[in-house]
Parts: sequence; C-alpha cells; structure tokens
Amino acid sequence: MAFDKQEAKSVLLGPIFNNNPIALQVLGICSALAVTVKLETAFVMSLALTAVVAFSNLLISLIRHHIPSSIRIIVQMTIIASLVIMVDQILKAYAYEVSKQLAVFVGLIITNCIVMGRAEAYAMKNGPVMSFLDGIGNGLGYSILLIVVAFFRELFGSGKLWGQTIFQTVSDGGWYQTNGLLLLPASSFFIIGLLIWALRTWKTDQVEEKE
Amino acid sequence: MSSKESPTKTIVVALLLSLVCSVVVSTAAIKLKPMQEKNKALDKKRNILVAAGMIEAGSSASVEELFSQVESKYVDLATGSFVEEPAGFDQRAFAKNSATNLKLTANQDLGGIGTRSQVAHVYMVKKDGQLDSIILPIHGKGLFSTLYGFIALDKDLQTVKGLKYYEHGETPGLGGEIENANWLAKWPGKKVLDPKGVPVITLVKNVADDNNEVDALSGATWTTNGVEGMIRFWLGDDGFGPFLDKVRAGEI
Repeated sequence: MAFDKQEAKSVLLGPIFNNNPIALQVLGICSALAVTVKLETAFVMSLALTAVVAFSNLLISLIRHHIPSSIRIIVQMTIIASLVIMVDQILKAYAYEVSKQLAVFVGLIITNCIVMGRAEAYAMKNGPVMSFLDGIGNGLGYSILLIVVAFFRELFGSGKLWGQTIFQTVSDGGWYQTNGLLLLPASSFFIIGLLIWALRTWKTDQVEEKE
Repeated sequence: MSSKESPTKTIVVALLLSLVCSVVVSTAAIKLKPMQEKNKALDKKRNILVAAGMIEAGSSASVEELFSQVESKYVDLATGSFVEEPAGFDQRAFAKNSATNLKLTANQDLGGIGTRSQVAHVYMVKKDGQLDSIILPIHGKGLFSTLYGFIALDKDLQTVKGLKYYEHGETPGLGGEIENANWLAKWPGKKVLDPKGVPVITLVKNVADDNNEVDALSGATWTTNGVEGMIRFWLGDDGFGPFLDKVRAGEI
C-alpha cells in the first residue's frame, strides 16, 4: 500500500481542529466532564486514551480482513477492553498517585465513544499505519480539548495550575475567591459549549445547517 | 458470502482472540503485581508518617527509613489487648466477613460503616523506650464515599498530633478539602478526648473553644459530619476505646 504523505498529515492533524472528536462529533463527553477538574488528571487521561485509540486502531486494522462482520463489534470491544486493562495496570504500577485520582475513569475508556467510533469508522476500512495515525490524531483532538477545559477549571476553580498555586485563594489566606461552579462536572458543559462556539466562529464550515 | 463469514471461522476467530487477549492481560497483571503492591504499601506507610507529623506531605525523604521507627501491632478491639497478626489480615475484608466482623447497632454506628473488623492494625512510635504517639486507622462515611485516614494521638492520649486522609471520593474543592493541608493543620493540638477517654471533639462553624472545636469545612456539611462521627466512633468505646484505656492505665 502506497504511503501518501498528504493523506497521513490530514489523518493525523485533521481531528485536532477541523474534525475534533469532542467539538464537532460531540463524542467522549462523559470523561471530558469527569476528569477535567485538574490539569494533571486530564493530561494522564489524555495520554491513556490516545494510547488506547492508537493501538486499538492498529490491532483492529491488522486483523480487519479476518473479523467476521457478525461479531465485529464484540471483537473490537475485546481488543479495546484488553488494552484498557493494560493501561490501568501500568498506571497502577508506575503512576500510583494519579491512578488513584483517575480511579474508575480509566476503566471507562472502554465505553468511550471515540475509541469504538474510530475502530468502526476507520480501522475496519484502512491500513494499519493510517489507522494508527488516525488513532493518534483523534487522541490528540480529545487531549487538546480536555487540557483546555482542565486549564480553565483548575485555574479559576482552585486557583492552581498543575497543582501549583497561581492565585492565592481565600482559604489559603490569599485574595482569590474560587469559583465553586467550575469544580462541579456540569461546568465542563459550559466550557465545551463556549469552545465549540469559538471554534465554529473561526472555522465557519463546521456550523451546522439550519433544519 | 465470503468464507470469513462462515460459522466455523467466526467461532475460530472468537476463540483465538479471547485466548490471545486473556494471555496478554493476565501476563500484564501478574508481572506488574509486585510493583503495584509495593506502591500501595509505600503509600500507606507515607500516610501514617504524615499523620504522625514525621514527614512532610510530598517530601522525598525515605519513607522506609522513617517507618522503621514505627511499631506495628494488632489489637482486638473488644478487649483492647494486642493479638498476633490474624492470617491474611486485611481490615477491609475482615469488616465484611461475618466471622471476623462486628455488626454495629444504629446507636453505636456513628461513622456510618455498618460493620467493623474485630481486629485492627495500630501503629506506635516510641522515643527512648517511651510511647511518643499512637497512630490509629479510621474510616467512615462522608457524603459520596467512605473516607479512609489515620489519626495520630500524642502520648497523653487526648491531643491530636495529626490527621490525614488517604482515600475518599468526595467532591474536589468541597468535601475533598479534607485533604487540604491548611485545614489539616488546624488539628494538631486539639483535644479529641477528655482525661477519661470520652470523645469531646466537635466540628463547628465558628470556633469558640480552641481545645475541642475544629473549623468545619464550608460547603461540605455531610463530609464534616462524617469526619466528626468517625472520630467519635473510632476513639469511643466501640472503637479503640478499650485499647486506649489500657494504654492509659499503663497496662500496655
């Protein structure tokens, strides 16, 4: 299979702004709400998800000619679930503190719509290299949104970035009154909504037609 | 219909895939297990040291080295005497097993935990042969989750040396503030028990009595109630009370 550089680039970078899995396709919102209270957890979650999408795409693409269509979803789920368990085990062994905070959400990557969506929509039809790149690309698209949301939530919600104090909060004897709303999961909806608005103002072709 | 859609092929693929995946997953689980156990044990030791004020949270000092000063013992909570380590001791598993737990009545159960293990793990720090502090594991219900922590008592068995929570699922910024170092710093020096060993600590909005009152967490009433309840339970007659009585009487 010929390796098309142009296509590789669009597969890898497209999902970041042009076809962002969260902002345009509105997939994977659940974890975007849950783990974005702090930058650190958002970052580790992003890494974990990117690794899972990339490798599940790669593996599924490698065996795509052998997957009977009647059980293809189950096959995809099995591969994804195995990868997620691996990631969870590795985090517990090497990043214990963070894995404690992410707790159940790593396991929930299994149900993340982005992973299944990419396996079904891309890896089943394309070669392994491209599928791998597609996984990385979509992982990056997810990551960038998660990290932006976490940036705002951590900075204005607890006056910190990456656990380091930026604004001295009132409870620590400083001046900054923290915004409690941003600590609650629902605030991610507002931030994601605002981000989608900003993105569609910039890239007007993403605006949906009026029904 | 292509050959890959045949029932035989379908079953073969399913079997092969399950086999490969299970081998990979179990290999990873077994290979990484020792490291995970080590992390868990280290984390627990670190929290005990933090509660006892022997190490700063986040400090890189050697946990193992400091922990060698800590004596670890098992206590039968009903009698308050030391016992040998029960086989396969795990306080959380013991609390669930009807052979090794004690069912608490609604009046006893201030911590909202339902059952507790009959045996508990306690930690003692001695300096020059004299008891310096006792670190007790405590847990109880907050708003969303069970809070697990350690409370360290000074040698007078009344004064708090430190409090530290190491596992909870409360809302960050609200109930999750039980991890806040500034709030935890309000605890050392408070008298949680009176000279007879009756729990007297309360968490209140405006601290009037510096001895027995600790500032409650704003926006986290349920978590605060949980903290107060679990401390009263674990230091009371149905928790470590009998053990503390024995220590007070000099029997241990």
